[in-house]
Amino acid sequence: MTPLLEAKGVSKLFGEFCALRDVSVAVQANEFVSVVGPNGAGKTTLVNLLTGLLVPSSGQVFFKGHSISGVGPIALAKRGMARTFQLVQIFPQLTVAETIAAAVVSEQGKQWRLFTALSGDAAVRQRVEEIAGIFGLSGRLGHAARMLSQGEKKLLDVASAFALRPEVILLDEPTSGVSTSEKHALMKTLVGAAKAAGVKSVILVEHDMDLVAAYSERIVALAQGKVIADLPPGPFFADPYIVATVVGKRLGTNARHQGP
Amino acid sequence: MTPPGSRLLLVALGIAALGLVPTLAPPFYANLLVPFFAYSIALIGFNLLFGYTGLLSFGHAMYLGLGAYAAAVVAGVLGIRQFELVLLTAALAAVLVALPIGFLCVRYTGIFFGMLTLAFGMLAHSFLFKFYHLTGGDSGMRVPRMRILGLEFDAYNKIELLAGPFYYYCLGLMVLAGLTLWRIVHSPFGLQLRALRDNPQKAESLGVRVRQLRLLAYVISAVYGAIAGAILGFRIGLADPELVHWTHSGHLVFMTVLGGFSSFVGPVVGALALTLLQDQLQSITQYWRFVLGAMLAAIVIFFPRGLAGIAIDSARLLARRKQPQVAA
Repeated sequence: MTPLLEAKGVSKLFGEFCALRDVSVAVQANEFVSVVGPNGAGKTTLVNLLTGLLVPSSGQVFFKGHSISGVGPIALAKRGMARTFQLVQIFPQLTVAETIAAAVVSEQGKQWRLFTALSGDAAVRQRVEEIAGIFGLSGRLGHAARMLSQGEKKLLDVASAFALRPEVILLDEPTSGVSTSEKHALMKTLVGAAKAAGVKSVILVEHDMDLVAAYSERIVALAQGKVIADLPPGPFFADPYIVATVVGKRLGTNARHQGP
Repeated sequence: MTPPGSRLLLVALGIAALGLVPTLAPPFYANLLVPFFAYSIALIGFNLLFGYTGLLSFGHAMYLGLGAYAAAVVAGVLGIRQFELVLLTAALAAVLVALPIGFLCVRYTGIFFGMLTLAFGMLAHSFLFKFYHLTGGDSGMRVPRMRILGLEFDAYNKIELLAGPFYYYCLGLMVLAGLTLWRIVHSPFGLQLRALRDNPQKAESLGVRVRQLRLLAYVISAVYGAIAGAILGFRIGLADPELVHWTHSGHLVFMTVLGGFSSFVGPVVGALALTLLQDQLQSITQYWRFVLGAMLAAIVIFFPRGLAGIAIDSARLLARRKQPQVAA
């Protein structure tokens, strides 16, 4: 079976610096894959290549069997790939409803409607309410995005991406900046929402090994721009060398117990 | 009453008051307000680009000039003295000019967009100024009197025409232009404009076609500018290269900031305030530019949301004070 998303021998140079070297990763449909690695390992570069934000220096990226090198984020959103950014991205002056609606308008191809009232569009409103419901933001629809709590901003960021009805979603450290106690609740919401929204595959970039262990079906570990492991959680966490490289120190036993 | 309802009532009252000016006030005032209608139209369009899309153009006067010169060519050179045809030509010319220029400019944002639009405005000014045989150079091109709605209005002299039929015509145009743009900013397109203004990177990841939408906003604002320019040309009777000068572009920015670019009616308030203020100040002191400059500085520092922002805030304050009485 053709993988849904695949990077084949991808390298990325920034001037002299080689951020990624000959990386090959494949994500199948209905798979939850985590990308882990120490700071500077090339995780975000990989995500930016996979989402067409960056063009690889060599190698190619395929989405649903078609090359997407340099296609750009707009075209990819249309083809069924969505992403969130490591730092929370919102539209400060838009309300929660408007933020989600902005994505729904793209998804429903209504961006060239200049003279129809958005407020009278039942199809958009219905979808906005549906998405807000999934993410527990129903009570916040009329609030300006900038007034939300950090956790809610994060939810809104992801919710608007989900509104595109993506087949694949890339979550770049979705729990960064969220307190440890809220991390699991947030991930639970995100994973539940992904299922509810019909997302086929999730790619998670994450530092928190507890979360990675709890949700991943496969873990890709990067170090210094190279793939050092591509394993299911069991064997992954059983290998002390890999774990030490990724985490920088030996991992406690609790992460392993939380694995599926 | 709900705030949107009271705002609508306020706008309706404002339009009604403007409708009474020719009958209640001396023709001088009606004549003074015709440029206000023109600037309102220009600024409503300008603010689609500035307030809603986040692109501040320093060369927008170019399109006002384009509208005036279109009037001079159609009515003066070609002798087609129908104002509606002039408006149509001005709008088409604006689309043709704004598409290539906008295509280049909207690739940039912030100061780079501002400088590039300024550069094109300066190019347009020197073209009009230097190509004497084509454009009349510094003496400009004459814009003759035209029929409006197919009517000659023979019985009126120029002042009476401007203060009477043409006044109402321009008021109507302003209302129409305002309603059209109101629909545009509340459309799905308008929402995506505000989204890309707030965060273009996030907008792109949500499938917002950032550059194309910016270009369309630019073209729409150019059309509004050209329509305004045709009105100004009719009123002055001249397409003057100074209409395109960069200080005139600055004038547009000034009025927008004075009125407040964060609300829909702000630019209209700014246009009205500046039209009346400039008239008053000019009769009082020759240092009126100094007073206006000081005012702009004060507005930017103390009331960044402009006169409209001050009005909205004080209305809210009043409503809040009234509330306990209503409850009691």
